[in-house]
Amino acid sequence: MGKTIIPIGPYHPLLEEPELFTLTVDGETVVDIDMRMGYNHRGIEKLSEGMTFENSTFVVERICGICSTSHPFAYTRAVEDIFPMVVSMRAKYIRTIIAEGERIHSHLLWLGLAGHFLGYNTLYMWAWKLREEILDVMEILSGNRNSYAMFKPGGVRRDIKTEDIPICIKKINSILPTLNMLKKAVIDDPVLHARLKGIGVLSYQDAIDFSALGPTSRASGVARDARKDSPYGAYQEMDWNMIVTQNGDVFDKAVVRILEMFEAAKIMKYCLNNLPDGEIDAKIKDVPPGEGIGHVEAPRGETFHYVKSDGTNRPVRHKVRAPTFMNLPTYKATVIGQTISDATIILAAIDPCYCCTERVAVKNDRGKMLYNGQDLVGLSREKTEKIRRRMVGR
Amino acid sequence: MTREEVLQDLRERFDEDILEFLDKSPTRIYIDIKAESIVRMSLYLFRNLGARFQIASGTDMPPHIEILYHFIIEDINLVISLRVMLDRENPEIASLAKEIEAFNWIEREISELLGVTFTGHPDPRRLLLADNWPECVYPLRQDYEEWDETADRTRGV
Repeated sequence: MGKTIIPIGPYHPLLEEPELFTLTVDGETVVDIDMRMGYNHRGIEKLSEGMTFENSTFVVERICGICSTSHPFAYTRAVEDIFPMVVSMRAKYIRTIIAEGERIHSHLLWLGLAGHFLGYNTLYMWAWKLREEILDVMEILSGNRNSYAMFKPGGVRRDIKTEDIPICIKKINSILPTLNMLKKAVIDDPVLHARLKGIGVLSYQDAIDFSALGPTSRASGVARDARKDSPYGAYQEMDWNMIVTQNGDVFDKAVVRILEMFEAAKIMKYCLNNLPDGEIDAKIKDVPPGEGIGHVEAPRGETFHYVKSDGTNRPVRHKVRAPTFMNLPTYKATVIGQTISDATIILAAIDPCYCCTERVAVKNDRGKMLYNGQDLVGLSREKTEKIRRRMVGR
Repeated sequence: MTREEVLQDLRERFDEDILEFLDKSPTRIYIDIKAESIVRMSLYLFRNLGARFQIASGTDMPPHIEILYHFIIEDINLVISLRVMLDRENPEIASLAKEIEAFNWIEREISELLGVTFTGHPDPRRLLLADNWPECVYPLRQDYEEWDETADRTRGV
């Protein structure tokens, strides 16, 4: 039987960012895969070389809407690595809180999308509904649902108010029962077992050879996590577990992510309860010549930044490596030999970086709701009607 | 192996390949090596010492192009950066992609952004730049000039 080539992308409903996968299939079986990237290449490294050290933080924050903490975190660590500098404990705790909140909402986003790709839309709705709660916590802490703008070389930009802490802890506690329900809905579900177990297996050796990162490698038994291996932030201050599973299939990748959310909630609560007093900013003036490396564990794996300074106020070289850069090539090991119907979820299993949506709620200055959901649906219909009339009238 | 044992081992084993040893901090080591030694040393780090390849980064520093290969040995929390200096006029270095899959994409990226030739790369296609990007225009070089006259990249910084 002849071989057929199936292109997925560059623009495809599965991929919310442009990318081209060329699958060669023999009957139902995928026999080869080729990837083409670069449709989204924005030249951020080049852009950052023209910015001051302070401004680059905002540029790297916009590399990704979901990992909007991990990039500034890695970047600020790289700048702080150029010369010896003391970041206060309070700033480290705040950084950790924000990073773990991001991990929860990113994993929930992935869980929802994975459910959606499998046709399990109940999971999708539940996961994204729950994600709203954690985004509310992030909004209380940083003022933003995404792109928190909390980081700066030497510390953080914004302090956490003492009176906000009990509210946040209460909110985090309130999402745990639903998270437990989601955990059961995935781990005990016979249909998901049948659909995901043994699918898209990344072997331990392949995970090492591809230098795979984060949940993608931890699901294959590689017990590596930058938070444990090269402690930063406040991670060494408390007890938490690194989640490692052995099978390397899509199911295990889901399990790792789900269990990581509980650990992240634990870390967040510890940090909020034990937030030390002190300054939040080391107020650095000049960056001397030198080079620094910063690597942090983002939701998808280790994010790596390399910054080289020549003594001016701008970096001469800034290299960014996102975890997906190392994880995407593992498709060569996982997709080949699988059926075409499983290719979708295998491609989604490494959690390639997606952008996210925003919600609307209109309030007046006394906090009274002006429009509820029903009103907004009404407004939206009205607008559609207006556009329709205008187009007919033309 | 402890940190000191690893460093001692590298010093003895690659005595002729190492040009300079820079012990920057407890978690960072920079080793300047000869360009022809890169395959030998990387394979030893990756296969024998169990280091993970983090990434390579290239910088244009006339009259050289510098490439840093970052490895991390997680058990002792040590980042080892191998530094090679290439001639800017004819930058060429042996590829590691056929030995270790993890080097594949980054070598393609450095080759198109900085114009370094990785000899023996199994798949030397473009990775990031568009198909209509002209040959021999390398955006991360210092002397890069905008080739596309319609592009407007003014920025207020």
